[in-house]
Amino acid sequence: MSEMFRDKVEIDLMVNGESVEACVPAGQHVVDFLRQELSLTGAHASCEHGVCGACTIRVDGEAVRGCLMLAAQLDGADVWTVEGLSDSDAIRDLQDAFLDRNALQCGFCTPGMLVSAEELLSKGGVPDRADIRAHMSGNYCRCTGYEAIVDAIETVARQRAEKSKS
Amino acid sequence: MTIKFGNPDRPNSYIGKTVPRPNAGRLVEGRGRYVDDIVLPRMVHVAFVRSPYAHANITSIQTDDAKAVKGVLRVFTGADLAAVCTPWVAVLAHLKGLKSPPEHPMAIDRACWVGEPVVAVVATSRAAAEDGAELVEVDYDPLPVVADMMSALDKDTPVLHADLGDNLAFQRVNEEGDIEGAFADAHKVVSAQFSTARHTGVTLEPRSILVDWNRAENQMTAYHATQAPHMMQSVLAKHLDLPESRVRVICGDVGGSYGIKVHVYPDEVATAAIAKIMGRPIKFIADRLESFTTDIHARDHKISAKIAVDKDGKILGFDVDDWTAIGAYSVYPRTSAIEGNQVINLCGGPYDFADYRAKTTVVFQNKTPTCQYRAVGHPIAVAITEGLVDMAAAELGMDPVEIRRRNMYADDAYPVTSPAKMRFEGLSHHQSMDKLVSLMDYDALRADQAAAREKGIHRGIGIAAFIELTNPSPFMYGIGGARISAQDGCTVRMDPDGSIVAMSGVTEQGQGTEAMLSQIVAESVGVFPSKVRVITGDTQVTPYGGGTWASRGAGIGGEAALRAGRALRDSILEVAAAILQADQSSLDIRDGEVVDSDTGAARMPLEELGRIVYFRGDTLPEGLPRELVQTRHYITSDYPFAFTNGVQASYVEVDIDTGEVTLLKHWCVEDCGRIINPQLVDEQIRGGIVQGLGAALFEEIHYDADGQLLNGSMADYLVPMAAEMPDMIIGHVETPTKESALGAKGAGEAGTAGAPAAVMNAINDALRPMGAQVTDMPFTPDRILRALGTIDD
Repeated sequence: MSEMFRDKVEIDLMVNGESVEACVPAGQHVVDFLRQELSLTGAHASCEHGVCGACTIRVDGEAVRGCLMLAAQLDGADVWTVEGLSDSDAIRDLQDAFLDRNALQCGFCTPGMLVSAEELLSKGGVPDRADIRAHMSGNYCRCTGYEAIVDAIETVARQRAEKSKS
Repeated sequence: MTIKFGNPDRPNSYIGKTVPRPNAGRLVEGRGRYVDDIVLPRMVHVAFVRSPYAHANITSIQTDDAKAVKGVLRVFTGADLAAVCTPWVAVLAHLKGLKSPPEHPMAIDRACWVGEPVVAVVATSRAAAEDGAELVEVDYDPLPVVADMMSALDKDTPVLHADLGDNLAFQRVNEEGDIEGAFADAHKVVSAQFSTARHTGVTLEPRSILVDWNRAENQMTAYHATQAPHMMQSVLAKHLDLPESRVRVICGDVGGSYGIKVHVYPDEVATAAIAKIMGRPIKFIADRLESFTTDIHARDHKISAKIAVDKDGKILGFDVDDWTAIGAYSVYPRTSAIEGNQVINLCGGPYDFADYRAKTTVVFQNKTPTCQYRAVGHPIAVAITEGLVDMAAAELGMDPVEIRRRNMYADDAYPVTSPAKMRFEGLSHHQSMDKLVSLMDYDALRADQAAAREKGIHRGIGIAAFIELTNPSPFMYGIGGARISAQDGCTVRMDPDGSIVAMSGVTEQGQGTEAMLSQIVAESVGVFPSKVRVITGDTQVTPYGGGTWASRGAGIGGEAALRAGRALRDSILEVAAAILQADQSSLDIRDGEVVDSDTGAARMPLEELGRIVYFRGDTLPEGLPRELVQTRHYITSDYPFAFTNGVQASYVEVDIDTGEVTLLKHWCVEDCGRIINPQLVDEQIRGGIVQGLGAALFEEIHYDADGQLLNGSMADYLVPMAAEMPDMIIGHVETPTKESALGAKGAGEAGTAGAPAAVMNAINDALRPMGAQVTDMPFTPDRILRALGTIDD
C-alpha cells in the first residue's frame, strides 16, 4: 500500500441518526470503517469489488456499495445501515415479509438485500416481478434461489400501495 | 412411542407445520454474529503469500522487508509451522487404493497449485498483514505442470508427486451382470460424451476462522465458520498435538456453506498453528480471490457413456467411463475420491435394469483441490443417466415421460437393491412423476411448445428423475477410519420457568436447523416452539455429533431431538404424577401444561412443576428421579444411506440466433420422507435448484495450460442472479423412512442434483429439430451456437 493511503483524513458525518467524528486512513473503505471503527457489523464484506451487494448501505438517500466508497468520502454524509433502519422501524414491514416468506437463509446477503429492496420500494407503485428481479440483480444470494426474496418485496409493495390508497 | 402424524389436530402438532425460525429475526436486523464480527482482546490478523505458480520449487524466502512494515508482528514459513503441526494424508481405508501425499498447512520447498499458501504474515490489522505479504520475496523455480485431465496418466506426462509413482489417485469399477451381453443384444445403443465444469461454492461469507490459544488454561478455542465442529476439534487436536478435550470449536452464524465449509483447509490449520505459537487470537478471513483459488472446487468430470435399450424402451444396461481431476492433493479428511465414487454408485439410480458397469478414474493435477460440494456426484450421475435416457427416447421416437415410466422401479417394489448395489428402503418414482406431469400440465406445455415452434420460437421441455443419498451411516466415512461422526445427539432440559433448552450436535448454516429442532422438541415435550431455545455449534456444550452435511440434519439430528424430547416428557410426567398423586399414564403435556390426557383439563403449568423441583425439592418423595434433562443419540443402522427420490422439469426457450437460453419455468417433485417444516423444505429445494441452474448455464472455473486460474472474481465467475432465474413450482410425495420414528430423510441437495440434467434435456429438446445437441456444461451461448453449426472456428 502506498504511504499516501495511510494519511489520515478527518470526517464528520451522521450515522444512523447519530453524529460521528473520526480520523480515517485515506485508503479505508466505508464497509471496513463501519465494521471496524463503529462496530456496525450488519453490512458484510464479501466480493469486495462491487459485484455482490452484501455491503450495500444507504448514503445520502441512495443505496451505495460500502466496498466501493472510501470512508474519507463520507464527510458531511448521512449514512444509514441495517442497524439504524431496524432501530428506527423504517423497514419493519420489509423485514417482517422476509421473515414470513423465509426470504433469507444464512442471512449474510440480507442487510444489503434489504437496503436495495427499500430503494426500489421507495419509488412507490407495485413493480412487476421482472422489474423486482432486475433491480435486485446487483445483490447475490446463494441460498434462497431468489424467488422468496421477490415474493417478499412484491408483498410489501402491494401492502404499501394498499395503505397509501386508504 | 408414536406420534399420530396423520392427525393435524393432535396436541402440540408442530411437526409438519411452518413455524418461524428462531434465529432469523436477528439476521434480518443485521445482528448475526459471523466469525468476522468477533473481536477478541489482543486479536491480530494473518494474511497469506500464495504461490503464483501451479508447480514450482521454492528456492528462497526473504521476509525482512515484510517484517519492517508498521503493524507486522511475525512472519512464518511452511517450515516454521511444520515444527508445531504434523502433516495429514487424505485417504480412507474403504476407498481401496486411494493415495495422496502428506500435506502441510503451508507449502515446504514445493508449491503444487496457484493459491497454495507459502508464507503467513501476522499483523495488527488485515491491511497491515496484506502490506507485509506484498513485500515478502519468494523465489520460485517453475516445474512442469500437469493441467490436463485426460492425459494425466500418459507415459510422457510428468508425475506430480514422485513418491506416489504416477498421477492416479483412485480408480474403481462398479459392475453387475453381463454388460457386454446387454449391449450385444440391444435394439438400440446410444452413446454420448458429457462434461461437467469445475465449480466452486461461492459462499457469500468467505471462509473464516479465529483461533485463540490460552496457554494458562491449556485451551484452544476456534471460532469457525464450519459445518462439522466436532470433526474440526479432532483434526486440530491431532495435528497440533493437543488433547481433544482441550480444543473447543464454536460455530456461530455461518454465511452459507453448501459443503464448502466441511473440509480441512491448510490456511485454517495454519491459523490455528500460529495461534499456538503466538499465544494470542489470530483471525483469518479469506478474501474473494482467496475464495476462488483455495475454497474446494468440484464437479470437474469428463464422461463417456452409453445406454442399451430394447425395442419397447426397456433399459438393458448403462456403461459409464467417468474421469475426474482433483487437483494436487486429496482433501482431508473426507478425501477427493468420494465424488467419483458417488457418480459410479448413482448412475441409472431410478431405473430397474440388470446390467451395469461404471468406472471412475481420479487423477492428480496442478490445480486447486476438489472435494465434496452440495449434491456430491449427483448432478453428474443424473446428467449422464437422464441425458442418455432422453437420447434413447428420441432414437425410439418415444415420449420422455413414457420411457421413464416404463423403467422406473415400481412404487411397491421395495426394498430393492440396484445394479449399482445401492439399497432402497422405499421410493416413489411413479407417484412423483404423476404429480410432476400434473403440476406442469405436461400435455398443455407440449402444445405450447408446438405452437411456439410454428412461430419460429424454439422451446424445450426437459425431465430429470433422480435419487439422492441422505442420512449417511458410518459407511460413508467412519469405516474408512475418519473421525467423522455419523451418530448425532441432542440434550433437552427443562428450566425452572418451564422453558426448554435443546442442545444439538447438528449445526445451522441457514437451512433452518434450529427451527426444525425447535418444532420437534416442542411437539415431543408438549410446549410452544417459542418456549424452546436451541443451542448448536459448540463442542464444549452440545452432545457429540457429525454436524451438517449429506442432508443429515433433520433425519439424524431431528430423530435424536425427538427421542430426547419424548424422554424429557416422560421425566416431567413422572414428577407430575408424584406431585398430583395421579397415574403417570393418565397425564400428558400440552401447550406447556400438565393436563389429564383424556379430558385435556389443566392440572399444572410447567413453571409450577419447575418451581417445585428446583426450589422445593424437599416436598417431593425421597428417591423420586428429578432429572429434568435427557440426552439421546441416534444413528441409522438398517441401511447405509436413506435414499430419497424426485423428478424435475425445466421449460426453456433457446434463441438460435444468439445461443441464449431463457429459463421459463422449473418444477420439482421430491420425496424426502416426513416433512418437518414445509416452507423450509421448499426453500431448500428452490435454493438447491438455482445452484444447479448455475451449473447448467453459467458456472465454470477456467484454467490455462499453465494451471493459472483465469476467472477468480465474482465478475468473472458467473453465479445466478435474480433476473435470470425462473419461478419454481415445488411438490412433494412423503414416504417416511421406517428406520426412525420421525421418518425424515434429507432435502438439502435434491434441487442441485436434478436441475442441470433437466435444463440440458430441455435445451436438447428445443434443439433436436435442428439436429443439434449439447452435453458440455455450462451451456453458454458459445457452445449452443457451435452445436448449431453457427460458429465453427
